[in-house]
Amino acid sequence: MSTRCTCAETCQQAGSVPRRSLSCTTCTRTTGGSESTKTVGTMVSRRCAITGALSAFVVSHGVFLLLSKVVAAKPADQSVSRTIRWGLLVDVTKCTEGCSSCVDACREEHGWTGFGRPATDPQWIRKLFLKDRATGYAVSLPIMCQHCEFPPCVDVCPTGASFRRADGIVLVDRHICIGCRYCMMACPYNARSFVHETPRNQQPHTPRGKGCVESCTLCAHRIDHDRPLACVERCTELGHQALLFGNLNDPRSDISQRLASYASVRVRPDLRTNPGIYYQGL
Amino acid sequence: MYTNVTYREIEGRSPQYFILLAVVGVFIALGLCAAYYMEHNGHHVTGMSNQIVWGMPHVFAVFLILAASGALNIASVASVFERTMYKPLARMSGLVAIASLAGGLTVLILDLGRPDRLVLAMVTYNFKSIFAWNVFLYTGLFGIVGFYLWSMMDSRYGMRFYKPAAFATFLWRLALTTGTGSIFGFLVARDAYNSAIMAPLFIAMSFAFGKAVFILILITTCHFTGRSLGRVVLFRLQRLMGIVLAATGYFVIVQHLTNLYMAERQMVEMFILFGGNVYSFLFWVLQIIVGTIAPLILLLYPRLGGNLGAIVLASILVVMGGFAQIYTIIIGGQAFPLSLFPGMDVSSTAFDATIGPYIPTLPEVLLGFSGFAVMVGIVMIAMTALRFLPLSLSDSVVDPDHLHEILDQEDGAVGDAEAKNFT
Repeated sequence: MSTRCTCAETCQQAGSVPRRSLSCTTCTRTTGGSESTKTVGTMVSRRCAITGALSAFVVSHGVFLLLSKVVAAKPADQSVSRTIRWGLLVDVTKCTEGCSSCVDACREEHGWTGFGRPATDPQWIRKLFLKDRATGYAVSLPIMCQHCEFPPCVDVCPTGASFRRADGIVLVDRHICIGCRYCMMACPYNARSFVHETPRNQQPHTPRGKGCVESCTLCAHRIDHDRPLACVERCTELGHQALLFGNLNDPRSDISQRLASYASVRVRPDLRTNPGIYYQGL
Repeated sequence: MYTNVTYREIEGRSPQYFILLAVVGVFIALGLCAAYYMEHNGHHVTGMSNQIVWGMPHVFAVFLILAASGALNIASVASVFERTMYKPLARMSGLVAIASLAGGLTVLILDLGRPDRLVLAMVTYNFKSIFAWNVFLYTGLFGIVGFYLWSMMDSRYGMRFYKPAAFATFLWRLALTTGTGSIFGFLVARDAYNSAIMAPLFIAMSFAFGKAVFILILITTCHFTGRSLGRVVLFRLQRLMGIVLAATGYFVIVQHLTNLYMAERQMVEMFILFGGNVYSFLFWVLQIIVGTIAPLILLLYPRLGGNLGAIVLASILVVMGGFAQIYTIIIGGQAFPLSLFPGMDVSSTAFDATIGPYIPTLPEVLLGFSGFAVMVGIVMIAMTALRFLPLSLSDSVVDPDHLHEILDQEDGAVGDAEAKNFT
């Protein structure tokens, strides 16, 4: 799915651009500067030419730097880094029982609308209501793919369609998923859905296909563009602040500092899958 | 002593042959239609869901794959364990194995969400997946049994490879069934599975189911082709099946006792064994009473030694019990909810902590039966083309030296049953 940048000599993004939908905005600006220099150079003085070239260089690179800050968390031609481990912290004390805004936001973002058949409709994220049998302590919390370090779904997938990105996000490559559903059998969190019907309301950043398995992508498309996760964004907008996203490998990140300050648990820690989703207040 | 055994193709010209072949064709066509219906509309038209992700097609597929491995055991008993009385059956044993495996894989493949991507499963591997290993084991079995059959059937060049091929086949089929059992044994998250005993349990199951299927095919073939089937063959098959069925029962007991001993697994065990649901019924009535105790009596009761009716009935009951057992393992194991938060009462908008509902639909059942049809069709056509079965399996051909009398005495069998020639 990658396209080659055609201006490899001049563009700082030379190389492969990861997604077809991303255009190499830098190219047009830098080459534009060079071309104008060539054309005008024969007609005007050397000083003008040098001044013009320098101006074009400064302006174009200024735009590039601005864009790179706004658009990308990393240069688009670089793969995700192992130095990052994305994680999510759910503060169940702030998660309201009647609220399902994270579920709604996820559904809208990825377009996994159902067909009114709960047993076969996709469910990337769901709300659970828990009550301790011994104490009566009750909470509600969202459950989704736990983005394990040692994901059983990845282990069992015969074709390697289930895979874990270097930054810890567990995804399904829908191009090589054969729909055997073994990953659904293996997932300890019941976090995966099989696409039982032809999807509708497809979103360009989340291609889905009948007969394949899918699950929470941790909004990888948003992370790659330095945008907050859909569920986190909605939860924050509503003022609940129950979800905190960040780099677990960065001790200065908010999530790491919160985890260092307060006790947290993960679901089924006995399985030693080392999930990237933490829960506080359980 | 088997130089006198003459193998012959079946004619395949009788009206019964063509009628049976037509029936097989109809079932295959129905299975293909069912697969198309499921793929075209999506799996929501089946009873399967996000809770019960493997349904009736997998029950059929696993049964046929296990039967394939078990049917091959007849040949292994003859070659590896030197029980030469089984040798005249060895070719047919290999054929039934290949045919049954083909039937099972057909069902499995046609139930995939994307069967059109089958080639991907053959070129893109994740070697940590037992599923990927099984792709090798299944496809490899076709090759290795094909070679084994050639070594048995080609007296000029093949004979020298007979023993190595026999041992390789025996080891391969053990690995294959271990792999099939481990598909479930390696599922760490589900309390009903996740146990090393699944591999030997599946091996024992394969012995019993494979023998039952093989006996039914053998007796039917002999009946329709007018070949005599002596008491010696029937009696040895009967006793052998009794032993492997008892072994299966032993592993079933160990499987459930182990789970009952573990506190964390007691709930799922109680659900399966005493839940008062379809799985409890299938376990106690079909698997244990109909599929284990009743056939054990029919197979091991001395007065029924060599009794054709008892053997046929026992084989049918073993097949029925086998289906119930696989259904209970596959569907029952999924129906019980995952335990995400032990000690908590859990409810959700998505079937957490609830028993997963499952009712098989017609397309699933038709697809499953088409696997059987594929098996029977391959056996029928192959037997008209190549010499898989002797002209006669009467006692004088199979056991001219009356070795069975010595073996019967060693086994403590009462040899008062009348010799039966079934033509």
